[in-house]
Formats: sequence, structure tokens, C-alpha cells
Amino acid sequence: MLDALTVAVGVAALALAAWCGLAAFRDQPTKDWHFIGMAVVTLLAAAQMVVGIVQLVRGEEAEQGTAIFLSYLIGSALAVPAAGFLSLAERTRWGSATVAAGAIVLAVLEVRLHDIWGG
Amino acid sequence: MAETAAGTKRTKLVKGPGLLLVWLYGVMSVGAVSRSVYQILTDFGSAPLAHVLSAVAAVVYAFITYTLVRGGETARKAALVCCAAELAGVVIVGTWTVLEPSAFPDSTVWSAYGKGYIFIPVLLPVTGMLWLRRSRSS
Repeated sequence: MLDALTVAVGVAALALAAWCGLAAFRDQPTKDWHFIGMAVVTLLAAAQMVVGIVQLVRGEEAEQGTAIFLSYLIGSALAVPAAGFLSLAERTRWGSATVAAGAIVLAVLEVRLHDIWGG
Repeated sequence: MAETAAGTKRTKLVKGPGLLLVWLYGVMSVGAVSRSVYQILTDFGSAPLAHVLSAVAAVVYAFITYTLVRGGETARKAALVCCAAELAGVVIVGTWTVLEPSAFPDSTVWSAYGKGYIFIPVLLPVTGMLWLRRSRSS
């Protein structure tokens, strides 16, 4: 797939994980700036999903199968917004920790996406 | 109003560290369920044992997620039992896959103690049980 985009999403996800991890460490809930960060990462992941689907439509194929590729694409687009949504209701450090965990999940999904596409 | 009423009746398990726990169990549920559905639909015959174990793991994860979200003393106990079962499953299946890899042509969620899932499968039930014990309603 688009390697640059996969790397960008992965790095952005790790940065978000570090940032929210720091907030959790400092005993702070997620704040507006964190949500802007989550929005940026989510946008990148959504762009990746669109690019991935376009490539499938064009007739390119993922090495390990279209179904697996698609489900990982959808999962990676949903991971951070879902964690962010949970953190809205938990105004403590644990909300931040959950977003950090969600971002780490996204980074792992990016590595898997790369393998599934066959890079 | 309704929230406070429910709060007094059921021990809320999705709060503080419990939220992180629910999130991780949710992720594992989605991962394990979709993996197992895919494995069983596409090539069940090639590794029936691994695929059945994947399905069992998926059901356990989904059930624990549900009980944690639901909350309450009964759910807490049920989740505690399932976490213990999950830990036993990870240890038994993990050891089995290490000792006799030939029995598993395809990997399961619990292969090699959950190595493919950065060992979350073996860490989750331990933290889960600690959290569930602490949030016992007196």
C-alpha cells in the first residue's frame, strides 16, 4: 500500500500514545489539545482506509487476502476515536491511559496492515 | 436520576482502571471474534483444533467484556471466574503450542502465551482479577 502513509499513521499513533501516556502519568484527564491530536490521527487513519479501498477497487490485491486487509483497515480507523469516546466519560488519568492504549493498538495494526498488504 | 439509581444497585466496574481494562477486553474481543469467524468460515478443516480454541477464546473475551460493562456483584463474580478460566486457557494452550507445535498448523490467540498479541492475553486476566477483587462491594 502507500508505505509513507502507513509509516505516518504509525508514528502519529505512537506520538499520541506517548502524549496521552504522559498525561496519565501526570494524573491528568484528556484535554481539548489531546482531542485535537486524536482527530489528526483519526484523519490520517481514515485517509489510509480510503486509499486502501481505492487500491482494492483498482484491482490490486493484498497478499494475505482482501477480507483480512479490509477488516484491519476498518479497525485501524476506529481504534482511536473509540478510545477517545470512552475517555470523554472518564475524566481521570485512566481516560488518558485508555487513549494511550488505543493509540498503541493502532500502531500495532499498522504493522500488521503492512504485512497483510505484503510490503 | 436513572444513572444514580443504577449506580446504587450495581457496582460500577467501568471506572478508573476498569475503563482501561474494558477497552483492552473490547479490543481483544473484536480481534478474537473476527479472527475466529474468518478462520472457521475460510479453512476450518486445515487446523480444527486451533480454530476451535480460537472460538473458545473469542467467546470468553466477549463474555468478560459484557460482564464488565454490565457491572454488579453477580457480573463481577462471573467475570472473575472467566478471568481465571482465561488465564488457565492461556497457560495450558500456550504451553501446549510451545511443547507440540505440530498440533497447531495455524496459530490461535493464545499461541505461545499470546506472543502475537504482545502478551496481552496473559497479562489481561491477571490485571483483570486484581481489579475485580479490589472493586468488590462490601
